[in-house]
Amino acid sequence: MLDIRDLHVRVGGAEILKGIDLKIGAGEVHAIMGPNGSGKSTLTQVLAGNPQYEVTRGEVLYEGKELLKMEPENRAREGVFLAFQYPVEIPGVNNAYFLKAALNEIRAHRGKPPLDAMEFLELLREKLKLVGMDEGFKNRPVNQGFSGGEKKRNEMLQLAVLEPKLAILDETDSGLDIDALKAVAQGVNAMRSPQRAMLIVTHYQRLLNYITPDRVHVLAEGRIALTGGPKLAHELEAKGYDWVRKQALAGRALAGKEKT
Amino acid sequence: MKPVERLVNQEYQYGFVTNVEAETAPRGLSEDIIRFISDKKHEPSFMLEWRLRAYRQWLKMSEPAWPNVLYPKIDYKDIIYYSAPKKRSDGPKSLEEVDQEILATYEKLGIPLEEQKRLAGVAVDAVFDSVSVATTFKETLAKAGVIFCSFSEAVEKHPDLVKKYLGTVVPHTDNFYASLNSAVFSDGSFVYVPNGVRCPMELSTYFRINAADTGQFERTLIIADEGAYVSYLEGCTAPLRDKNQLHAAVVELVALEGAEIKYSTVQNWYPGDKEGKGGIYNFVTKRGKCAGASSKISWTQVETGSAITWKYPSVILQGDNSVGEFYSAALTNNYQQADTGTKMIHIGKNTRSTIISKGIAAGHGRNTYRGLVKVMPGATGARNYTQCDSLLMGSRASANTFPYIEVKNRTAQVEHEATTSKIGEDQLFYCMARGLSGEDAVSMIVNGFCKEVFGHLPMEFAVEATKLLNVSLEGSVG
Repeated sequence: MLDIRDLHVRVGGAEILKGIDLKIGAGEVHAIMGPNGSGKSTLTQVLAGNPQYEVTRGEVLYEGKELLKMEPENRAREGVFLAFQYPVEIPGVNNAYFLKAALNEIRAHRGKPPLDAMEFLELLREKLKLVGMDEGFKNRPVNQGFSGGEKKRNEMLQLAVLEPKLAILDETDSGLDIDALKAVAQGVNAMRSPQRAMLIVTHYQRLLNYITPDRVHVLAEGRIALTGGPKLAHELEAKGYDWVRKQALAGRALAGKEKT
Repeated sequence: MKPVERLVNQEYQYGFVTNVEAETAPRGLSEDIIRFISDKKHEPSFMLEWRLRAYRQWLKMSEPAWPNVLYPKIDYKDIIYYSAPKKRSDGPKSLEEVDQEILATYEKLGIPLEEQKRLAGVAVDAVFDSVSVATTFKETLAKAGVIFCSFSEAVEKHPDLVKKYLGTVVPHTDNFYASLNSAVFSDGSFVYVPNGVRCPMELSTYFRINAADTGQFERTLIIADEGAYVSYLEGCTAPLRDKNQLHAAVVELVALEGAEIKYSTVQNWYPGDKEGKGGIYNFVTKRGKCAGASSKISWTQVETGSAITWKYPSVILQGDNSVGEFYSAALTNNYQQADTGTKMIHIGKNTRSTIISKGIAAGHGRNTYRGLVKVMPGATGARNYTQCDSLLMGSRASANTFPYIEVKNRTAQVEHEATTSKIGEDQLFYCMARGLSGEDAVSMIVNGFCKEVFGHLPMEFAVEATKLLNVSLEGSVG
């Protein structure tokens, strides 16, 4: 479903991603871990199409199409969803209204008729239940005055309503207490399906206690330094990111020697 | 951002001209022209004398220079002060007799009068250039005792009411534009709601400037007698022309004891083109007087049009416990300029006022809030709350806030809050990452920003205001 090839990205003159290669198939859940500043968020923003990031090399194929050439709104309409690390507040805009507008754009793109207010309300109620949010959320302005945990849950609600093919979660677990974390994990697990791919970016392993990924990748200094199964997350938790850095350096040194 | 740039190029949709024969006064202004206007309207002598007094006053006045707007000097000798569609014999007695071209114009504006007849709840008094051409729903209103007619008709049929209230809120000496209006105003709307009557429908007027080079000087007078209630909406559009046109209107509201007047404006005069050429100069004096105790006047305005807007819908809170409100959303895009706000003059005891102003500046737009809260010595227990928020789009737009506060009573409470924010790239990206286009994202953010104001518009007009705002925003972020 997603095929990232040799992706290099600059932000404000500094090269953050220095050649990422990553393949995710339909139905797979991949986790990306890594220390602060390793480029995890950059990767998610680039995939969603944030114009502030400059791709200098590489390509990304999404369902065989060149993702990087698509406008951000078209990526969303094609089924790419990013749960933001820092969801943005939109004062005065009703949460339900916002979601309905987004869903109907996506439906229109897929040639489906728009949902009317009643149909949407029914869907929204069902999804609110799924992510464990109370009904009051639907009439509040988008993210305005939400606590950190509420914002993250609201992202989960959007994920549940928009039903993307590729869901990217950027540190959705950060700043959550254990109950909220469980609720988020429950939502994600409920969304797992053979048609859907997920890319979960996290700093800590604790979210992965509740969501078992198919693959775990460790980002360090703009590259994927290590890839492994679910056990890699636990190993990381025990050994720390320094261990990865050393491994990565050693690996690169080794690779260098092999070339000469 | 690119998606937003695409928006910029939307054209003004109402820039068509209607071909009807007009009866027009020669250019310029003199006592003779004023006599011509008064004569055309078969006015009683008190009206002519009032006009002449205003004209003589106006000659001694000069154009105000303090507004935060820039424009070349207006040549008042080059303006046509009266233009009326030529009448068939005695003028239309019913909708069928109204010129088909005029009706077609209204249809283009989206207010087919035929439809309006059936659409329960809204009566329309349409002002085409200077003469009111059609008034609907008169009968229903008459049953309730409500008078809703053109100003000319009021002068003819209800001269006592006109004589009693005309100029009592905005005197003929008030300011340069108000004096000019008093001298030359050609028509407008008149409303009288009698004692204890709740007007059975929303009253609505669409003003439209059609003839080239004409100034439009309409005058509106609304009186709500004791315990009466009325909600009034005015909407405005004008055709597209290269030259600037002057619009200097006066609106006077009088609320007697326990009465309430809700006055809503959706203003979409031609704003000029993308380079700032043409457009309406909208220099308007609007003022209401809460004359009786426990009366209430509420202004709601959505201003998206005009090259220059200069208006301060105000409330004189004379009666004890009276309430004044001002809710405003003003958008300036391209080269539009707006200097707008309100004045709340607290005279009576325990008078309360609320001011919510939302200014949006895009393109090279210049948006100024100017407001006065004045608490007179006798206004014990007066309270005011003011909130002025500005939203900037792009880097060439500007927003200013000039709040004037004069308090002469120690018991008064006056609060003022102001914010300025920018539509963030992160907000736009967040919306787009959910599948919304850049255009929709901008309009959603702006509509959210204006929500408190739109909430005070009557339902159907809130929808219209939202649409207008979306059209006016096109291409707003460079």
